[in-house]
Order: sequence, then C-alpha cells, then structure tokens
Amino acid sequence: MATLNQTISDAQGHASLVRRNKNQDILIAGLGMLILVIAISTLLAMFLDLFITGLPRLQDPDFYMSFPSRKAEQAGILSAWVGTILVMIVTAAISIPLGVAAGVYLEEYAGSNWMTDLIEINVTNLAGVPSIVYGLLALGLFIYAFGMSETVLVAGLVLSLLILPVIIVSTREAIRSIPEAYKEAAIGLGADQWQTTYAYILPAARPGIITGAIVGLSRAIGETAPIITIGALTYIAFLPNAPISGDFPFINFDWITSPFTVMPIQMFSWVSRPQAEFQINAAAAGVVLMVLTLMMNAIAIYIRYKVRHKD
Amino acid sequence: MLNTPDDQLRAAVTPAPNFLRKRAMIDKLARCILFAAAAVSVFVTIGIVYILVSESLVFFENVSLTEFLTSTTWTPLFAAPSFGIWPLLSGTLTVSAIALSIAIPLGLLLAIYMSEYAPPKVREAVKPVLEMLEGVPTIVYGYFALMMVTPLLQAFIPGLPGFNMLSPGIVMGIMILPYTTSLSEDAMRAVPRELREGAYALGYSRFYTAIKVVIPAAISGITAAFILAMSRAVGETMVVAIAAGQMANFTFNPMEGAATITTFIVQVSLGDVRHGSIGYQSIFAVGLVLFLMTLLFNVIGFMLRRRYRLAY
Repeated sequence: MATLNQTISDAQGHASLVRRNKNQDILIAGLGMLILVIAISTLLAMFLDLFITGLPRLQDPDFYMSFPSRKAEQAGILSAWVGTILVMIVTAAISIPLGVAAGVYLEEYAGSNWMTDLIEINVTNLAGVPSIVYGLLALGLFIYAFGMSETVLVAGLVLSLLILPVIIVSTREAIRSIPEAYKEAAIGLGADQWQTTYAYILPAARPGIITGAIVGLSRAIGETAPIITIGALTYIAFLPNAPISGDFPFINFDWITSPFTVMPIQMFSWVSRPQAEFQINAAAAGVVLMVLTLMMNAIAIYIRYKVRHKD
Repeated sequence: MLNTPDDQLRAAVTPAPNFLRKRAMIDKLARCILFAAAAVSVFVTIGIVYILVSESLVFFENVSLTEFLTSTTWTPLFAAPSFGIWPLLSGTLTVSAIALSIAIPLGLLLAIYMSEYAPPKVREAVKPVLEMLEGVPTIVYGYFALMMVTPLLQAFIPGLPGFNMLSPGIVMGIMILPYTTSLSEDAMRAVPRELREGAYALGYSRFYTAIKVVIPAAISGITAAFILAMSRAVGETMVVAIAAGQMANFTFNPMEGAATITTFIVQVSLGDVRHGSIGYQSIFAVGLVLFLMTLLFNVIGFMLRRRYRLAY
C-alpha cells in the first residue's frame, strides 16, 4: 500500500514537473514571438508613420523634380536624389573592385604570416569603427591635408572606405563556399593561380559578391554622419554637369568635383527645422530612402535565397 | 623543320616560351595588385589614427589633459571655453545604457527562441525581416524617435521635454536588436548538437537545455555580441543628433536632453568652425576618445569570438 501511494505521488510529481517544463517552454517561445512582433511592428509603424505624414508631398510629382526651397510646399528632392546616384556611382566604382580584390587576396593568395594577420585584424576592426570617425578621417585627410573640397568624389571615397569591410567579408564568404573541386579542376587543367581566380573562382562567387555589394551600397545610401562631417552643403539648388552631353567629347567628369547633397542630408536638414511643414517633406524623403534601402536589401536576400536553394 | 610526327606533336603541345613568360608575369602582377588592395585597410587604420592623434596633440597643447578628463563643463564654442569631456560622456553612456538594456535581454531571448525553439521555416522567414530592420537608414530611426516615440512617451510621462535621452535610447535599442540577436544566435548555433542531445537524454527540457547547457557553452560568443552592441551604441550618431538635443549636459537622467560625443561632432560640423580653431581640434580630441572606446570594445569582442570559434 505504501509503495503504491509512493508511486502515485511520484507520478504526480513527475506530471507537475513535466507541466512546469512545458509551461516554461511555452513561455519562452511566446516571449520570442512577442519580441519578433515588436520588431516587425516597429518596422511597419515606422514606414506607415512616414508614409501617412509624407503622403501629400509624395503624391506631388514636383517633389521629385524640384530643388530645395525656403517654402516647404515647393521644396523637392531633385538635387538630393541626383546627388545620391552620383555619389553611389563613385562609391561602387571604388569599393567593389577594391573590396573584391582584397577579399580574393585574403582567401586565395595570403599565406599565414604576420602580414595576413595584420590585414585581417584591420578589416575586422574597421568594420566596427563608427561611421562618424570615417567622417573625421575624410575631414582631416581629404579636405584639409589634400586640399580637396566637399565634392561628390570625397563623399564617394569616404563611403567606399566605410563599406569596404562589408564587401571584403562577403567576398570571402562567397569564395569559401565554392567547392574545392572547382579550383583543383582548373589547376589540373594547367591554369595558374590568376587564371583559376579569374575564370573559375570569381564567376562562381559572383552571386555572393553581388549580394555583399548591394548590402554595402544600401548602407552607404543611408549614411548621414560622415557626409555631415565633411561639411557637405544642405542647400544645393543646382545640378552637377551631366556626365553625358551632346557636344564633343560627349562624356565628362565634371560632376565628380561638383558640390552635392544626398537624400539623408536633405532629410536631416528638413528634420532640423522647427516648422511642421518641413517635417512633411522630411517624412516624404524618409519614405523614398526607406523604399530604396528596403528594396536593395530585398534584392540581396532574394539572390542569397536563390543561390542557397539552387542545389 | 617539323618532319617527324613526334616533332609536330611537340610543337602542338608546347606553348611558345614567350607566351609562358607573359602568363607568369600576369600572374605575378595580379598577385601584387590584389595584395595592394588588401593592404588598403591597413592604411585606412593608419590614416584614422594619424589624423585623430595629430589633431588631438594640437588640441592638448592648448587644453590640459587634467581639465579634459576632470572638468564637468563642455563649452568649447563659448567666449570663455571649458573643455571637460564628462558631459559628453554622460550623454553617450546614458543613451547607450538605455539602448543596451533593451537590445541585450530582448536580443538574447530572441536568439534563444531562434536557435532552440523556432522551426526552420520560421527562422528562414524571420532572418530577412531582421536584416530589413538592420538595413533601415539610421536617420529614419532618428525621425521615428523624435516624431513618434517622444510624443508617445510624453503621453505617459508628463513633463518629458521634446529632446530627451530616453526616446533615442529606446529606438536605438530596437535598432541594434537584430545585430545582438544574430551574433548571439551564431554563437548558440555553434554549440555542437551532441551537447544538447546529452542534455535531452538526461531528461532536460528545452528551456533547461538552453539556459544550463547552450548558454554556458556559448557564453564567450554571447558576451562578444553584447560588447559589440555596446560599441555600436556608443558610436551611433544620427538617432541621438536628431532626438536627444545638442546641449552638452552633465547628467545621467534619461528624462533630460543631452549631447553625446557623436552629436557634438555633428553640431560642430554643421556650423562654420574654422580649420585650426580650438573648436575644430576639439572634435578630433573627442573623436579620438570615441575611437579608443570602440576599439577597446571591438578588440575584446574579437578575442571572445575567436575563443568560441576555437572551442568548437
């Protein structure tokens, strides 16, 4: 009798223990999902708030085709989006070749010596340096030591340095995921290291590299602090010379040395104004920025998804 | 000359020596160019350190280090300037502390959920959302803090000023949440499956397995995630520049507005401060402090992450 009672109470104890454990599991899973909901609703709330506030300006086609102005309802983002595109062209032209080359070197060429360690530590550290410190670098080095002015070129340079670690790291990851057999086959056919890299490794790593470049550029598009630090003007009521013209020599690079403004700077200058009408403009500019960066991220995620599910 | 079939064969398979030499040269040239590209990162670091240190040295010729480190007023642009960094540090630390007190517990819980509980399908769907959240420009978060979160908080906390540290702190916490989550999740997923299976075999529940086995095993990676999040929070600029106000204010009270190190740099850059003036040099001095703080965090984080990579 005693043993039976013992067994029953044991079983009851176990049952309550199991129930308690189950409850804990449900609690954690519930909390995890709650946090996810908070994160997702923040993203949605942010977008909706901007969208609803900025709607009057977003609907107005003039918003996209006019210069900033002292009158909020006439101010537009023309010089800002043109500036953003030009700065991104420079950034991409510098950071992608440089980042990919560095990534290829570290993954394929570098021996294990102190030089490689030094470079790797630097890349890791640079990824964590606050963007405003890059701005100080550009201010002290490009603007004052080299005597450059606040141009598209300087902005492109500083943003390139800023996103370089992103591109290097994604290039390395893309190369690391290529099966060793590819390289061995190329070498077996008599290709030297450069031929292997150029004809086999780079094409195979292309999706990963493109993903990294898009993520890096989307970060550069939204960067504000380093551009403020180099002293970019907020009130730009003209466009740089068009890169392509009807007259000889048809292509010119004047725009590289032109003063500029970019989307986040324009938005910041509107946010900083006390008048409520300018906040509407800021919200509208914010929607454009968010759509741009979210789209770029979505493309990057899609490419990664495609690659992962191909094989 | 090519008389025998043997000769013909040899001519066909042996490339001209010229061609070989050219190939070897291209190979060597490529190696040099790639190395130069990789070495750029070293020069960037040298550039940053050189600029910050050289401008700061000029700054400290005019301002004593004692004043910089002990005074509690920061008014470098006033007629009678004072250069105590404490007001900027208090602002930076307060906002970061609020951000971390949100990002760390939520990030850890979410990481536990993602690595130990969520079915693969959910994880596949959630990761992109977190990446999206991470991709939103910080200036948009700044606008969100000023125009939406602050009014919301004011409804609950009467007397909260329009510029305060609480609102940007909260928003920054949500902003770095994806970062802490993905770093801690990486650390937890690096824990070998055998350890979990051992715990399950002993009758541990998922919850116990997570907190008694997985977290202790991943602790160095998780700590690294927290420290790297700290480095992020300290260096974040636009959210505080928009929503926390730009007045240097020696306070740890989140209900007040205060400038951070980064806000001060923004404020000076927006004004017309002459090159070579003390105001100009001061942004490099505080920039150096910021750089050293983040460098310290990054180095600790890097070493901790390396440790868990070595362990498994």
